[in-house]
Amino acid sequence: MTGATPLLWMAVVVPMLAAVVALALGGRAGERIHLVLLPAGLAIAVGIAVQAARSEVPLHYHLGGWAPPLGVALRADWASAAMLLVTAAVMCAVGLYARGPLGTPKGVGEARAPYAFWVLLPGVWAGLNAVFLCADLFSGYVALELLTFGAVPLVCLDGRGETLDAALRYLLFALLGSMLYLVGTALLYGTYGTLDIGLLSRHLRGEPALWIAIALMTTGLLAKTALFPLHLWLPPAHAGAPAPASAVLSALVVKAPFFLVVRLWLDVLRGGAGTPAAGLLAALGAAAILFGNVLALRQARLKLMIAYSTIAQLGYLFLIFPLAASPAALTGGVLQAINHALAKAAMFLAAGLLAERLGHDRVAGLGGAGRAHPVPVLAFALAGVALVGLPPSGAFLAKWFLVSAAAQTGQSWLSRVTDVGALLTSAYVFLVLARAFATPVEPLVARTPPARHRDAAALALAVLAALLGLAPLAAPGSASGVSQVDLGKALAYAVSVAALWPVAAGAALAFALSRRTADPPARGVLLALDRSLRQWPVAGISLAAVALSLGAAFLLRDARW
Amino acid sequence: MSTATLFGVYGAVLVGIGLYGMIVQTELLRRIVAFDVLGSGIFLIFGAVARRGAAGGLASDPIPQAMVITGLVVAFAATGVATALLLRLSASAEGVARRPEGPP
Amino acid sequence: MTPASLLDLGIGAVALALAAFAGAARSSFAAIVGFVALGLLLALAWLRLGAPDVALTEVAIGGGLTGLLLIGAERRLRARAMAEASDPVSTRVRVAAAVLSAGVAAGLAAAVLSLPIPAPTLGPAALRELPRTGLDNPVTAALIAFRAFDTLAEKVVLLLALVGVWSLAPDREWGGRPGQRYPLDADGVLAFLVRLLVPVGVVFGGYILWVSAGAPGGAFQGGAILATMWLAARMAGLTDAPRLCASRVRWALAAGPLVFFAAGLAGPLVAGGFLAWPVGFEKPVIVAIEIPLMLSIAAVLGLLLAGPAQRDGAR
Repeated sequence: MTGATPLLWMAVVVPMLAAVVALALGGRAGERIHLVLLPAGLAIAVGIAVQAARSEVPLHYHLGGWAPPLGVALRADWASAAMLLVTAAVMCAVGLYARGPLGTPKGVGEARAPYAFWVLLPGVWAGLNAVFLCADLFSGYVALELLTFGAVPLVCLDGRGETLDAALRYLLFALLGSMLYLVGTALLYGTYGTLDIGLLSRHLRGEPALWIAIALMTTGLLAKTALFPLHLWLPPAHAGAPAPASAVLSALVVKAPFFLVVRLWLDVLRGGAGTPAAGLLAALGAAAILFGNVLALRQARLKLMIAYSTIAQLGYLFLIFPLAASPAALTGGVLQAINHALAKAAMFLAAGLLAERLGHDRVAGLGGAGRAHPVPVLAFALAGVALVGLPPSGAFLAKWFLVSAAAQTGQSWLSRVTDVGALLTSAYVFLVLARAFATPVEPLVARTPPARHRDAAALALAVLAALLGLAPLAAPGSASGVSQVDLGKALAYAVSVAALWPVAAGAALAFALSRRTADPPARGVLLALDRSLRQWPVAGISLAAVALSLGAAFLLRDARW
Repeated sequence: MSTATLFGVYGAVLVGIGLYGMIVQTELLRRIVAFDVLGSGIFLIFGAVARRGAAGGLASDPIPQAMVITGLVVAFAATGVATALLLRLSASAEGVARRPEGPP
Repeated sequence: MTPASLLDLGIGAVALALAAFAGAARSSFAAIVGFVALGLLLALAWLRLGAPDVALTEVAIGGGLTGLLLIGAERRLRARAMAEASDPVSTRVRVAAAVLSAGVAAGLAAAVLSLPIPAPTLGPAALRELPRTGLDNPVTAALIAFRAFDTLAEKVVLLLALVGVWSLAPDREWGGRPGQRYPLDADGVLAFLVRLLVPVGVVFGGYILWVSAGAPGGAFQGGAILATMWLAARMAGLTDAPRLCASRVRWALAAGPLVFFAAGLAGPLVAGGFLAWPVGFEKPVIVAIEIPLMLSIAAVLGLLLAGPAQRDGAR
């Protein structure tokens, strides 16, 4: 079989083995096993990427020698390979960083939080790889559950009541999402007799059961990816988790459900979802961008600000669906996902370092950090550059793809939304930097001696994010559709006034806001809306409403079949 | 209506009951029970699909049956983690305090 | 397709009534009992649907073990007077939730009613490939051969869930024993009954695994029975839960998946692919995997039931 490679199952099995062996051996074994896992996982990801680039067809593997529809297959195209690489990169940085706060203390045989962390983290890695490589929708369900059960306990690792609360909320809402996804797979199997993505895409006819199934599955995935208005669980969970866990949660775990939505809409439906449904997803994405960014600006605590920023950045990913006719849209979406993963992980690691050294998490109290702790602040700044979309970060390339696809398909409102998003993002990035370089009220007392390798981990991720836009120069992959010509055009766009005015305006806004010395006020329309949307019954109603709206949008679309 | 379709419809109604319960229940343990009811409904729908796939002397298609068995075990594990979280939350003093957006 | 009989209508109607009761009952305990009854009734439904393997799993795990979990939690919450009354949900929200949930249910029912006839099925394909697996029970074949990857991943999911539960222990009790210590009344009825029941249960659980090659049964169902026997022995005070840091506990949990992995990894060397079973040796290999698998499943189900460490911690 051309294109068959064992690296695919190794990508999932190696982290799983690491988790099980770490569980069995206990003590310090988890951390030590992880030191072996990191290079192995990275090597496998690189191997898959190299093979995927060389092969004309997507890589695949039939597990157990059973071919679909009876058996289960794994599949890797360029998008899978890219996500595997960024997963490995973030895991490496987090794995090195976390040895500090979550290493087993000296003189203790085994401690609770470290033991749990070093078993759950490889479990999450296995789940992520399984999602990115799955070719069967039920395997996708099991992979999502690997992620849920791996991620939820990481949220409440510190044992405080606040984080336990956040973890339970995350668990119940994520389970609700899984259930919706699962019932969709039942309907799909009942209609087509298979859950293999390739076979489904070939046998589709546009019947009602299909649309109801896809509507339910998509809604479940939106709940797990915390797209507005289903974001209730994300801020407390990502802000309350320990910094390395927050990095993995925001950077990677919320991307996996998005990846499955892409598989459903672009591979199974082959882009035939229809305008109303795609428009609904994009509208929710746009709302997420505006809502998340404004709320990020209003946060008093740094980790909450970064969490709300994640909610906003996830919105960008869903703007690609109305543009699905153009292949550049998917490239832009994946690039945006990778860029955000690297940048957000760097931000959370940097925030963790600052919180340890300053002893607190308040944005207004960051004064002096720029001078006392330059490396974390530099990492934050570079990550901010990547989030805002300045060249040569990945976001500038992604944004150019999005904007040009939008212009091609006549959806220029999307560009307006990304402009406003860039404005607000640059506002809170510059705000944090302004605070960090302000003179402190009291002189700064360093609380922890700097641990060089942890700073380096955060900085490395940030540098990767900031330079991601140059990747096409190194790997001109025709499969992903990025050429050097594109790079030139993107650069020309990125330094034009059209692209730069939001950044400048955001900087001005940040300067104005930084004049205030107090924490931002806790009132306001959007804050009230957020508080109301994040009450459980309201969120549950939103979930059901999104499902019904998507179903209606599908049934009302122009038939492509 | 065949047996399979009837149970499929019953499953759909159970899903509705479970979903309603998960949304409106204020007591967390009851919410977890509603989640289990929701799961049972979904598995019944799988069962209907399996029964409709009876062929070649088999009373029911084995592939959806295997999926249901997997799902049942995962649902049990989910209930286990959720109840453990709930018990720990109730033991932690701060868990009792109200938060602005309301209890989970 | 067999037409629905009065029995099916009856089972379904009672099931819906139990589900509604479980939602609306005033006391949590009543709701949980209603849920367990629902599980037992659904086992009947599974038999009517021609799926005895699933019926076994539903009874053992869906109704039985889940019910035990919920009842235990309800008792501990009641003891802490944690039936906290949060603000009751407003009528507007109830109505909105009811309407939307009804909408989702209606959509699902419509989808079920519109499923195609003849229904697509993998049954004939499974029967065709069954001889290659050396098994006679197609559901077991689906779990251990055709979709072995899902089963393997699910085992890891169980272990992650358990470690998640363990991580909820207080730091000072880490590595200790879960659950409470039940007093032993050596001459009492409970101890007597359990001493009779446990050996029978263990044999029965093993039998359910052994027979699953050709008849309904399997590692999950057998493991659930073993886990329940362990719980019964603990509740009678005949045995205490082990300390969770004990290496025999950890290896008991890991043994099943590790053997499964080892067999799968040997696949590329002897059978042409990961998780492929060697031709002619499928049945011995599958049995060799399923025995440790069942023991690990019993361990993980039993420990999930027991909860995080509560006493006799390392410090």
